[in-house]
Formats: sequence, structure tokens, C-alpha cells
Amino acid sequence: MPNPGEDHPLSGGPHPGDPGLADLAHTWKSAYVHIPFCRRRCPYCDFAIVDRVPDRAAERRYVVAVIAEIRMEPDFGPLDAINFGGGTPSLVDPSSIGAIVDALEDRFGCSAPEVSIEVNPEDWTEDLAEGLRTAGVDRISIGAQSMHDDVLGALGRLHAADQIRTTVAGARAAGFRSVGIDLIVGHPTESDDAWSETVAAVLAMDVDHVSTYGLTVEPGTVLAAEVRAGAPGPDDDVQADRYDFFLRHAAAAGIHRYEVSNHARPGHHCRYNLSTWAHGEYVGFGMAAHGHRWGRRTRNHRRLDRYLEAVEAGVAPILGVEELDTAARERDRLMLGLRLAAGTPRTSAADRFLASPEGKRFVDAGLVRTTADRLVVMDPMRADMVARAALSVSGGDC
Amino acid sequence: MDQARIRNFSIIAHIDHGKSTLADRLLERTGAISERDMRSQLLDEMDLERERGITIKANAVRIDHITADGTPYELNLIDTPGHVDFSYEVSRSLEACEGALLLVDASQGVEAQTLANAYMAIEAGLEVIPVVNKIDLPAAEPDRVAAEVASVIGGDASEVLRVSAKSGIGIDELLDAIVTRLPPPEGDPDAPLRALVFDSYYDTYRGVVALVRIVDGRIAKGDAIRFMATREDLTADEIGVRRPSIEPIGELHAGEAGYLITGVKDIDLIRVGDTVTHTDRPASTGLAGYAEPKPMVFAGLFPTDGDDFERLREALDKLRLNDSSLVYQAETSRALGFGFRAGFLGLLHMEIVRERLEREYDLDLVSTAPSVEYRATLADGSTAVIQSPQDLPDPASLTVVEEPYVKVMIISPSEYIGTVMELIQAKRGEMGDMTYLSPERVELHYLVPLAEIVFDFFDQLKSRTRGYASLDYEPDGYRPSDLVRVEILLNGQSVDAFSTIVHKDKAYAYGKSMVSKLRELIPRQLFDVPIQAAIGSRVISRETVKAKRKDVTAKCYGGDITRKRKLLERQKEGKKRMKMVGSVEVPQEAFVAALRISDE
Repeated sequence: MPNPGEDHPLSGGPHPGDPGLADLAHTWKSAYVHIPFCRRRCPYCDFAIVDRVPDRAAERRYVVAVIAEIRMEPDFGPLDAINFGGGTPSLVDPSSIGAIVDALEDRFGCSAPEVSIEVNPEDWTEDLAEGLRTAGVDRISIGAQSMHDDVLGALGRLHAADQIRTTVAGARAAGFRSVGIDLIVGHPTESDDAWSETVAAVLAMDVDHVSTYGLTVEPGTVLAAEVRAGAPGPDDDVQADRYDFFLRHAAAAGIHRYEVSNHARPGHHCRYNLSTWAHGEYVGFGMAAHGHRWGRRTRNHRRLDRYLEAVEAGVAPILGVEELDTAARERDRLMLGLRLAAGTPRTSAADRFLASPEGKRFVDAGLVRTTADRLVVMDPMRADMVARAALSVSGGDC
Repeated sequence: MDQARIRNFSIIAHIDHGKSTLADRLLERTGAISERDMRSQLLDEMDLERERGITIKANAVRIDHITADGTPYELNLIDTPGHVDFSYEVSRSLEACEGALLLVDASQGVEAQTLANAYMAIEAGLEVIPVVNKIDLPAAEPDRVAAEVASVIGGDASEVLRVSAKSGIGIDELLDAIVTRLPPPEGDPDAPLRALVFDSYYDTYRGVVALVRIVDGRIAKGDAIRFMATREDLTADEIGVRRPSIEPIGELHAGEAGYLITGVKDIDLIRVGDTVTHTDRPASTGLAGYAEPKPMVFAGLFPTDGDDFERLREALDKLRLNDSSLVYQAETSRALGFGFRAGFLGLLHMEIVRERLEREYDLDLVSTAPSVEYRATLADGSTAVIQSPQDLPDPASLTVVEEPYVKVMIISPSEYIGTVMELIQAKRGEMGDMTYLSPERVELHYLVPLAEIVFDFFDQLKSRTRGYASLDYEPDGYRPSDLVRVEILLNGQSVDAFSTIVHKDKAYAYGKSMVSKLRELIPRQLFDVPIQAAIGSRVISRETVKAKRKDVTAKCYGGDITRKRKLLERQKEGKKRMKMVGSVEVPQEAFVAALRISDE
């Protein structure tokens, strides 16, 4: 079916929800680099971060450690994607990003990788844009969260909606191949109107990619403490309504869901993202980074000092390892693939689930649809409902 | 010991009025147990008994007491249960005694249950010594309570003893009173043996242990004995007493109480109420036995995990070894699978059985709403006994349905008469007579359908009277009633576990309350779940649990798949206590809540 959005000058390439693309993404190899620094911790955030701006020396020490860790890593690659996440990667000098990209290409080789980075609007300058282009970055993911200043204040963000517009325009002007926006859905103080304004404003900016993350109350956060003290928390029904609203308007604008929280114009899916959910392989560098390769999951030290000490002592900064046998790999691929618009292949784990009473219930209710070779969850907002059932069938007892 | 120096007595008391503490103190004062070995509530052996502060099984302990003038006495304390569900066991224990201590809390006054048991003792010809306990508590009103006790059982307030079992005040005087005021047993020591089995329990190693009171004759270890009702000839392998630890002895004589072990493992061969005699010199007639206790309340017990059905059967079989009043038979429920329909003496009995099954046998159970036994007369003249709502025939084929009634006695502070009457009216009760025990306390009599009592009557009575009213009841036959079956449907499917038989006038309130409670309790699911209450095909109440709209986590931080999976698995574990009813997941609490439903 022709879609008006596909006439967009920036469109081209496969539909992001294309099954063939998802299966290809399963074979991709990516690198994730964690830049943990933030100006301060947002009230809803429970990520592994360091809430201070690093001085030159601290930044240098961290970048040197990441590069040393890259050099320690056994053969992997060639890389299809490199992603800088955080923390706030835009807090460090773009030359640091460039040095890490160079180290990755040196170590693993690349097949024209996609290099993506998360940036915060308050960090945006022409120099940053220029520096990131020079570093080889071709995808910018802007931590916008909302286009409404009141909501941004409630979320504890440090930027205003105008800075987001400036960032998008600047990124376009600088020639990044893909420009994306990250949004948070369903803050309790956000009204329906504020949300529709945000959606309209985002779609009006001609971005290529939008991520929508439902606000979650994570234990140990300021938000959790407020909710416990009686402040309203996010409401599931409201979040579902807002999400559906976004899906409809985004699709009309040519931006299509390919994963629960990720939507793109054809040809503008985030490779690292898609590959993660398609159960591709990735190697993680930096504090608290996670890796998944050769049937093994690894996780790095979550504390900066421990991470640095290990690497500087010439030791891999690994805190834990999980080995996955064939059954566990199939189970995980199924669990993750349920989040993809393209669904997941009919592996033996998937077929066992479909043959179970639980699986049949979901098929009968229309929540799960099957084709000869795939299984797809029709309502992304209820993917975990299916995933829990799939885990109980495929024996998630480890 | 010469019968003139034996005293057999029990203690009648309300829960928390200090019976077990008094028993402990008597044992300690007479040196039966040293202070060092003192463990509170020595007589109550089951964990559950200790925890709830109640006695469920009877028990007999021998106490050697030497009076001030140096005369030795043998006191047998026959401990009895203190809850209305177990009044049958009380009556049994009283048969083994000549006297009873009526123990009343000095700050609480007489309770209905205690009074009913005291009347039972007086009717059985026992000498009753009234004792006011806890006289050293700040809230104690020993004079007022002594006057009240004297007025209800007759006698003078000056004859009421005043003690503090906790601190030991008045215990010596009490021991003197037991010796001087209670009569000795008067059996014939030379007649053929007649011993009353007043209770029994099952010991894994020793088999059935019978508690016996020797009325006539004597019994010695090794004697060939006969159980007169079951006509079972056995050998007295061991006889003995508890002091309170078990102590085998050679003989028990007329007037004494103790235990008897025959090596028999089959609980049905040794019936409580039977008379033991000698095989070679049998008594001509047995002692007046007891009527079998009749279960009053019925409920389905189902394992949450269908695989546990056999374990549940084994556990029930084991419990029955010590609780012959527990009856059960296998039952199949469409909603709950295989389980048992069990009969209990009352709600407390049911709760205790359920708790023991879960705790001692590690079972996860769902129980259905309790029901009483109805009688139906069909159009063709035949009759049917209805223990389960599913058994109630189609209304068209019924001519009359009858329900059991009970005579209820309530003792309440007079200021709460109004609210108690309201409650009785709401419970379809009929007013009987009313007696003022004192200007502040009143004894009320009513006729109430048993079904109304077994739900939450006791809880409501307590909450309306701030815990001051007490309750006792006894069966009073059947009466015709306008009863209907209310069914609860989930997603269009009738859930037999939730259906119940109620009076027509209460059907709507029951249905509405059940439906709205279930709407709160049933989590949102894959699809909309309509919940309906219906009488036959007529829906009387309806609500809907809307489908769950969102069930997904936002982001997988930095590719941490393990964390995501563990989160999902934890949530999955949380769902294990759900029971699938058709295609609807129903949490265990929903079944429990069916028991707690009230007409607020």
C-alpha cells in the first residue's frame, strides 16, 4: 500500500518493519560505547551514570581506558554499527568520539558502519556538529523528551523546546544522514493536549526517526520516592492512548514502528537498535556496558573507579558473564523478537510456544499472528504479556 | 489411690481468659514441673493451638498435690477446647470429670461460650467452682465480675475465688477448693472394668492413643480388653498418665484418668465415647456414649496446583487420624479441577484444617465459599441433601427447600443491644427472650439460619460491640425457606466455586457485592472479562474488567537483556498463584475473598 510518507525526499531503502531487514539485522555486529557523564541525574533515571561534567583530564582518562579496552577485546567484527549512548555522549569533546571510532575501526574493521550518537539539546553547537561529522558520526539521536516546556520542566530536563528545534535544524544543516528524536510518553503532569502538541511539533520537524519511551517508575529514583509519597505515577491506560495517538500520526507522516519504542522512515532505522532486538551480536565498551557475542553475555563494572582500575591494570573490566546454550539463545531471540514489528522467525522455541495453551490463547485473541515462517505480536503495548508466557513455555529457569 | 483422694476436673474458660496459664501455674505450684522447664501453655501441643491461644484437642494431666495437713491427693486436670466449634468435645471431656473450674477474666466478665459450657457442666451434674482470674490487672473489676458469675450460675459472690494465674495469687486457695469443694469419683472398684474413651489421638510411632477415665474396676498393663461398641478385642500394651510428660504405669483404678495404647493404627477401631471392658470379665452394659458430631459447614478444598491432589488426599487422611469430626469426599469442580468437599464443625474448625494443610503439609489451597447442608423435597416426593450449591436441583422440580437453624445465645454489654438486634434482623434472625445478667450485661436468645452464622456473623458481632459480645449456638432443626442459587459467571462461564445458595431477599445484594469485589480482585487480562451474577438465566449484576492496555517495558538499558529477562521471569513467578478459570486468570485472594464477603 503506497504511503504518503514514502514520497519524502529523505525516504529510501527498506521499510523499517520489513522481516527480511530484521533477519539481516540478526547477523549484524555492533559496538556500543557508554559515555557515563551527565550534568545531573534526571529524576526518573536509574541508568549507570556519573553525575558530573568531566574535566579535560577525567575525560581523557576515560577515553584512554575505553580505547585500551577495545584493544583488549578478542577478534570481533567487522562492525555494521557503532552506537554512543549514555549518560550524555554530547558532554565529551567530539575529538574523543572520533578517537574511539578510529580505535574501533582499527581493531575490528568496518563495513561502512552506521555511527550513531545520543546528544542533548543543551549541548548543541555548530562546533559540536562539525566535530561529530569529522568523527564519522552519521546518525544523531536527540534527547528531546517533549516539545512542551512545562513537561520538560516536570521531567527535570535542562533544555527548552526551542533548543530542540535549533538542534534538529543544525543537524540537518550539518548533513547527518539520519536525525532522530527521543520522547518520553506519559508523564503524569502531561496533558493530552501537551502530548498532541509534542507529536505535531516533532512530525513537523521532518525527523527520520523517533523513539518513544513510556515513563517508568524505577526503584531508587527521585520519581519513585515522589510516587511513594503520594504524587501521581504514570497511568498505563493514558500511556497506551498516547502511544496509539503517536503511532497513527507518525504512520500518516511516513514514520513506521519497527520495534515497541522505535519508529523510522524507510531506510532510517537505527541499525544498532534493530540488531539488539533481533538478537544480533554486539560488544560493549565503557563503564556498565553490556555485550553479547559467541553465545555469551558480558557486563562491565558499574562503578567508574572499578572500571578504570581494571582497564588500567590491563584486566578486562568484566563484572559478570552469562553463557547461553542453543536453547537459551533461541529463547532470548524469541523474547526479544516479540517486540519487533517484523516479528520473529518460527524457531523450535517459537513453535513450542505457539503449540502451548498459553500461545493458543494469544493466537485466538488475535494478539499473536502467525505466518508460515514468522510470529508477530500485533499490539506492541502488550508485548511483555506474550513474552512472559513464551518464557514460561521455553523454560526461562536460569 | 483411694477414690476419696482423687479429683477429676476441667477448666471452662473463654479464649484469652487465662485457662492455659492457670493450668501451667497449677503444674508449677504442685511441683509437677519445675520453673526452669516451664514453657508457656504446656498443655497445648499443636503449634496452631499455641499461636491462636486456643485448645483444640482434649488432654489429661495428673497432678500430685499434698494439702497443708500432709494428705496426698491425685488431681486429674482434663483440659478442654474453648470454642463453639468444639463444644462437642467439651461435653465429652466433662463426662470424665466430677467438677469444673469456671474461669472468668476479671476485666471481661462472663462470655456466652463459657456460660454455655458451664450450663453443660451443671446439667451433667458437675460441681462448678467459679474463679475470677487476672485480678491484678489495672482494668480488673473482681467484685462486679464475681457478682455476675454468681448470678448466672447461682450461688453467692463470696464463693467465687479470686486468682491471678499469671502472678500466682490465690493458687493455693484454689488447690484447697478443688480438694474440699469438688466431690470424689464414686465408681465401684470391684465391679467389672468400665472405662470411658473420652478422646483419642494418633501418634506416628505408637498408633492410636486413647484417653480413658476408669469408671468401675481397674485396668492393668497386659490385660485382654474389649471395646464394647466396636466389639474389638485387644491388649492393653501400655497404660500410663501424663505429668505432663508421658509416664507409663502398671495400673489405672476406678476414678482415675490416663491413657491406653493397644498398638492399633486404625483410628476407626477405637471410637471416642466407647467403653473399654475386660474380655474375660466383661461389664454387662457400656457407659452412655456420645452422639457422633455432625459437620455443620461444608466447603470445597482444591489444590492450586492440580498435581497436588494426591498429596491433599494423604494430608486429609493424616489429619483425620486426630480429628474424627473431619469428613471429606472427592469432588470435581469445572473451575478448580479435582479436590474435596469437606465437612467441618464450624468456621474456626474449617480455618484450622485449612491452615494445618497449608502449613504442615505445604499445600497451596483454594477453598470455596462455605455452605451449610440444605434439604430439598422434589416434586416427585423424593428428598435430597444438598451440601454443595451445584447439587441444588432446578427450581422447577423443587417443592420445598429447608435450611438448618440454630439457637443463638449472645451475651453483650447492654449498651449494644440495639446494634446486636439490627445484626440479627439483617441475618434473618427471630428474637427470643432476653435476660439482664446485671444492669450492664444482657443475655439474648435468637433463632437464626445457620447459613447466616457461618459467613461473617461472629466478626460482625465483634465489630459492632467493640469485641465485648460473645456468642454460642446449637442446632435447632430445619425450616422451609425461600432459597435460590446465585451463580457467578466469568467471561460467560459459570464458576462453580463462587456460586452459592442464599435467601431470595439477599440474592441481589450478594451478587452485586461478589461481582464488584471480583472486579477489584481480578487483574486486567488479555481481553475484557465480564463478571455477572445470575439466578438461573436472569443476570442480576454485571461489571467488566477492562482488557489490559499496556504491558511492556520501555527500554533495554545498554543491551542488558539478562536484566529484562529476569524482570519478566519475576513477574511470571508472581502469576503462579493464579488459577486459570476457563481463559481467565483468577488470583487466589479472589477465592479467599468469597469467604469474607459481607453485606456492608
